[in-house]
Amino acid sequence: MKRFLLAAAFFAVLVLLWEAAYRAKIWSPVLLPSPSQVVTYLEGAAADGTLARATVITMRRLLIGYFIGLVVGLPLGLLTARWKLFGDTIGTLALGLQTLPSVCWVPLALLWFGQTEAAMLFVVVMGTLWSVIIATETGVRNVPPIYRRAALTMGSKRLHMWFKVILPAALPFIVSGMKQGWAFAWRSLMAAEIFVTILTGFGLGQLLHYGRELSAMEQVIGIMIVIVVIGLLADKIFFSPIERFLHRRWGTSQA
Amino acid sequence: MLRAGRHHSSATEELQIIPPSKLSVEGVSKSFRSASGNVLALDRVSLKVAEGEFVCLVGTSGCGKTTLLNIIAGLEKADSGAVLADGKPVTGPGRERLVMFQEPALFPWLDVFGNVLFGLKLKPNLTNEDRREVAKYYLELVGLSRFEHANIHELSGGMKQRVSLARALAPNPRVLLMDEPFAALDALTREQLYGDIQEIWKARRKTIVFVTHNVREAACLGDRVLLFSPHPGRIQEEFTVNLPRPRDINSVDLAAHATQITKALKSAGKAEAIAPK
Repeated sequence: MKRFLLAAAFFAVLVLLWEAAYRAKIWSPVLLPSPSQVVTYLEGAAADGTLARATVITMRRLLIGYFIGLVVGLPLGLLTARWKLFGDTIGTLALGLQTLPSVCWVPLALLWFGQTEAAMLFVVVMGTLWSVIIATETGVRNVPPIYRRAALTMGSKRLHMWFKVILPAALPFIVSGMKQGWAFAWRSLMAAEIFVTILTGFGLGQLLHYGRELSAMEQVIGIMIVIVVIGLLADKIFFSPIERFLHRRWGTSQA
Repeated sequence: MLRAGRHHSSATEELQIIPPSKLSVEGVSKSFRSASGNVLALDRVSLKVAEGEFVCLVGTSGCGKTTLLNIIAGLEKADSGAVLADGKPVTGPGRERLVMFQEPALFPWLDVFGNVLFGLKLKPNLTNEDRREVAKYYLELVGLSRFEHANIHELSGGMKQRVSLARALAPNPRVLLMDEPFAALDALTREQLYGDIQEIWKARRKTIVFVTHNVREAACLGDRVLLFSPHPGRIQEEFTVNLPRPRDINSVDLAAHATQITKALKSAGKAEAIAPK
């Protein structure tokens, strides 16, 4: 409770500083709107459904792309860890492409798919895929051989070995790869949405972009806050519980 | 199919004491490639272990005793020679011969109960009820019923090895292969486990092959102690320990046996120091 109050006080002070800066009129109100103007914009956007629609469209792109990235990445990671041929080819490719900032996929996606949903999905998948492949491969390679040997003597082999021993043993690595993939996907999707208007749906990135076009700073800041909150929620609702479980089971330190 | 109380009778069946295996190692050789060329780890080693016998393999580290244990387990292949379990050649690992390793190879993603259940889940023809019942029985046997739902990292070294023992016993193997299972434990915990393992061995009637470098430990546990000499790994001498059980590691009679074995072990070491490799 005390921690919560301290955190709340911290954010309250941030807002007060912002309000103070607005009242001091150091910058033009066009460049720095007041907190209440931003809240008014967010209320309006929430009331007329703009915000909900944009959030749903963005999240749908993100979740579908992320899911595809996981479904393709996990088995590829297992294959690269298991067979040298895959390690030399797909493993090397993944390592190379992971260093490529995922925003760099946007121009290629537009040329290949045009201004379509497919282009958005492609960018998200590219953001997710390589991190997941590499994390899975690293995780599998780091499984202590003694686990395999112990499982072998108890009659585990092939699929059972993969699903009941190797994958669970590699889980801490895989989860951190999933988290990194999520972060990359989220960033590249925002970049793509800001760059490109996709007529089938206006996402959060597009709202941000139009805020700039209209010089509506309260919109820009309001949408930025929404994006931050979504990122925080994804972490708190999805990743934190998994990480807490891993820390508890493995006995690794809980930061 | 729907006989009443079927699962109950099946768990009881699963817990029945089954006849232990006899093992026969016949002229097993094994070499490893290393930086300094081929090293002969085992040189035509032969030995026999009777049904329900407790045999200890003693030797300095690097004498090939662990390699031999792995070959008996089926985890490694011999270059030549064969291992027979009840007359049938061993071609790979199997749950008839379960291994307890030096470091507890417990799975950190499962709790204590899940670890003991692991091997049982791979056994067909058991209901999940049966499996749980059997796992509970063995956790009780090693005195860890209260820690069923503990995470592995929360256990002490001794408790971890008890769980390993329960996990190895649970699928009811005919042979238990133990690779220095108590080497990393403190003396007090070890002494406790010497008592426990003797009791469990008596209760569950397993054939046990126990690898150690601790002569006293070997004399305390084994019906027979086989002394390994290194480079290349060979059985140098064999001792029979005819002391009543349960044996106390600190007893004077046991010390006499241990001294005799230690002497032989030292002379083996000397012989090696004199003979060029």
